[in-house]
Amino acid sequence: MSKNWPLFEVFIRSKNGLEHRHVGSLHAADATMAIENARDVYTRRMEGVSIWVVESENITASNPEQAGEIFEPAADKVYRHPTFYDLPDEVKHI
Amino acid sequence: MSEKEIIDLEEQFQARIDRGENIEPKDWMPEKYRKTHIRQISQHAHSEIVGMLPEGNWITRTPSLRRKVALLAKVQDEAGHGLYLYSATETLGISRDELFEQLHSGKAKYSSIFNYPVITWADIGAIGWLVDGAAIMNQVMLTRTSYGPYARAMVRICKEESFHQRQGYEIMLTLAQGTKVQKEMAQDALNRWWWPSLMMFGPTDEASTHTEQSMKWKIKRKTNDELRQQFVNQTVPQAEFLGLTIPDKDLKWNEERGQYDFGEIDWDEFWRVVKGHGPCNKERLHARKSAYEKGKWVRDAAVAYADKKAKQTLKEAV
Repeated sequence: MSKNWPLFEVFIRSKNGLEHRHVGSLHAADATMAIENARDVYTRRMEGVSIWVVESENITASNPEQAGEIFEPAADKVYRHPTFYDLPDEVKHI
Repeated sequence: MSEKEIIDLEEQFQARIDRGENIEPKDWMPEKYRKTHIRQISQHAHSEIVGMLPEGNWITRTPSLRRKVALLAKVQDEAGHGLYLYSATETLGISRDELFEQLHSGKAKYSSIFNYPVITWADIGAIGWLVDGAAIMNQVMLTRTSYGPYARAMVRICKEESFHQRQGYEIMLTLAQGTKVQKEMAQDALNRWWWPSLMMFGPTDEASTHTEQSMKWKIKRKTNDELRQQFVNQTVPQAEFLGLTIPDKDLKWNEERGQYDFGEIDWDEFWRVVKGHGPCNKERLHARKSAYEKGKWVRDAAVAYADKKAKQTLKEAV
C-alpha cells in the first residue's frame, strides 16, 4: 500500500490588486507539485496570476459549535458602525 | 449522545435547511445526510472520470484541428470536474483512496450513460449536445444544493460546462447541414443517444427511493421527472432546428399542459445497464482500473522524490 498524497488548500489571486481567495483543494506529493496541479485544475481559463498552496493539516479552524461565543458578542455593538451616530444633515463631509 | 439529543439536533438541522442556510463540513449533520452526500457526490465525481474514457478515445480521430483542441479541452475539464467533486466528497470524512476503491470494486456507481458505445464522430456531437445538456440541467439545480462544498463545486462546473454543450451542438449542426451521409450519421447518433439521455435523470418520481428525503434536505431542488420534462421541452426545438427527428412516435406538443408529451422509457433497459449489463460496463471499468494501476509507479515515484527532498531540506537546516 503506497502512501497517500497529502491534501493541499489552494488560494488564487485573480489579478494584482486583489487578495488571494480560497478556491478549493487537491492532492499532491509536495508543495511544488501542488502548485503545478493547481495551475491545471483551477486556472484553465485565466482565473489567476498567483497561486498559494498550504497543506490542509496546517490550517487551524474555529469550531462551528463555538460560533455563538466567538461571534455573537459583536451583534449588539452597533456603536461600532458610523450610522449609530446622529448628526444633522447640514453637516457635510463627515 | 442520547436519542433525545439527536432528535433535537436533527430538528435544529432541518430548521437551518428550511431557513435556506448552507451546511459546511464541520457543522453537525445527520449521519444519513452525510452518507447520502458521499454517495451522490462521489457518484457524480466517478461519472466525470469515467466520462473521459469514451471521449478521450476520439481525440486522435477528430476531423479537424479545431475539433481536436475543443475535445481535448473538454476532456481536460471533465478531469478537473472530477477533482473538484472528489475534494468536496472528502470534506465528509472519506479518503480519496476509499473513493477509488469503491469505483474500482463496482460498489459505487457512475452515470449509466457512459456504458453506451461511442461509435461514430457524430456520437461526440450527440454526447455534447444531449448528455452534457442533460447533465447541465441537473447541475444548475445543484448550484443551490444545501451542502456548501458541493454547491461551490457546481458553480465552477456549470461555468465551464456550457461550452461542452455548444461544441456538441455545433458538431451536430455541421453534420446536419453536410452531405446526405453526414446527415444520416447525425440522425443515427440522435437515435441511439436520445433514450439513454432521458434515462440520465433517473427513475420516475414514483419509483425513486431517494427523492423525497433529498428534496426535504434540499440536496435536490427538482424531482427527476420535472428535470426530464424540462430537458425534453428545451431539446425538441433544437432537434427541429437541426432538421433531425427525435425517435419517439408519442412525442407531441400538449397545448393544455404547455409542455411536450413523450413516450414511455424502457425501464428494463435502464435497470439492466445500472446493474452492470450495459454494452460497455466491463470495458469502461477495465480501462479505468488499468489506467490507475499503470499510473501507480508514477505516484510512488512522486512520493519517494518528495520524501527525499524533505530529508535534504532537513539536513541543510541541521
